[in-house]
Amino acid sequence: MNNKRLMVILTGGVLGLLAVVLVKYGNPPNMGYCIACFLRDISGGLGLHRADTVQYFRPEIFGLILGAFITALLTKEFKATGGSSPIIRFTLAFTGMIGMLVFLGCPVRAVLRLAGGDLNAAIGILGLIAGVAVGIQFLKNGFTLGRSLPINKANGYIYPLTAAAMLVLVFAGANFLFYSTKGPGSMHAPLLLSTIAGLIVGVLSQRSRFCMIGGIRDFILFRDTHLLYGFLSLLIVAFIGNMVLGSVKFGFANQPIAHSDGLWNFLGMMLAGWSSVLLGGCPLRQLIAASEGNTDCAITIVGLILGAAIAHNFGLAASPQGVPLAGQYATIIGLATVFGISFFTCTQALTGGVKVGSTN
Amino acid sequence: MAQQIDARGLLCPEPVLRTKKEIDRIKNGIFTVIVDNNPAKENISRLAKNSGWSVNISDNGNDEYVLELSK
Repeated sequence: MNNKRLMVILTGGVLGLLAVVLVKYGNPPNMGYCIACFLRDISGGLGLHRADTVQYFRPEIFGLILGAFITALLTKEFKATGGSSPIIRFTLAFTGMIGMLVFLGCPVRAVLRLAGGDLNAAIGILGLIAGVAVGIQFLKNGFTLGRSLPINKANGYIYPLTAAAMLVLVFAGANFLFYSTKGPGSMHAPLLLSTIAGLIVGVLSQRSRFCMIGGIRDFILFRDTHLLYGFLSLLIVAFIGNMVLGSVKFGFANQPIAHSDGLWNFLGMMLAGWSSVLLGGCPLRQLIAASEGNTDCAITIVGLILGAAIAHNFGLAASPQGVPLAGQYATIIGLATVFGISFFTCTQALTGGVKVGSTN
Repeated sequence: MAQQIDARGLLCPEPVLRTKKEIDRIKNGIFTVIVDNNPAKENISRLAKNSGWSVNISDNGNDEYVLELSK
């Protein structure tokens, strides 16, 4: 087994272990690490939405960004780039986030939920795979968001430095931010532990190119299992961790911060998988790429944060009671939007390809 | 002259997909792919090795890599 594969396995394993540890020390159940949920909490912490149960400045996210940023600087992989369809990326992220909040979790949390025995997550993961499979058909038919170009370095620093500033605010106990006093937003591990967990995952993910969507995608496209090993090690380590702590509870009903509406679990994650595969990676991977200076991915993160704000401002997000009607409509509209983007971007690329007459 | 695929500025999986298309098209022979980031370099190398192609990587000094694939 080569070193790169070991890095992927290590990243998944450490992420799974830290997720269990973070829950033990206060994070919400099966939500030791969830990029979608944490970005939603940050969106709430900034007051972009006023759902008072999901507001917290999750230091895991800021730690992750800084860990990846510092690693990229040290390995000379930091490179400011931009210009690859930013508004399409924003839109895909925005709609993808609504899908994730209808399911209640990003691909990482889907696996963590499954590792806690939540079988609704298995349906979500099937939806995720279906979404990736549909997106791949468009990729194969010439879907492209176009090239990014090198740009002034200052562009690349804005995102990691903003994360650093936000981390300082949390440590300084800035009282103008919104902090939940009840619900999942009020549940969190100690500040320092969360930050260190973020830094560690940031460093490892930058080195290993860990990506949940990439794992499914590369297997379907090339029968390449490289990234899938990370997906599996995350599941196995988190499952063992939960077993040790006695927190595995198999079933569909009464799972923590989850609902058991199978259709919407499937469709929500299908929307997430489809938009993520077009974006080139899961929300975690987007965070890492943005930390390496990719400003298109930074715009993607803004799309995720704003998608979360809208999802909560207009009652689209699910709750343990189920998926509201507005959320069901939003999922369908989201799928139609992603289909539209897939279709029109493909047609364009195909026409362009015929004109140029080469693989470019 | 051998075909050159320009995969600069493309985010995964596009560089790998374009390489795969060329591999499927020519079956054997030689071609080059130019990329501007390490993940693309690693992913294409992995695809090539998994499909039985050999890869020769050179740095063109411009923060870009030229991958020569042959079979």
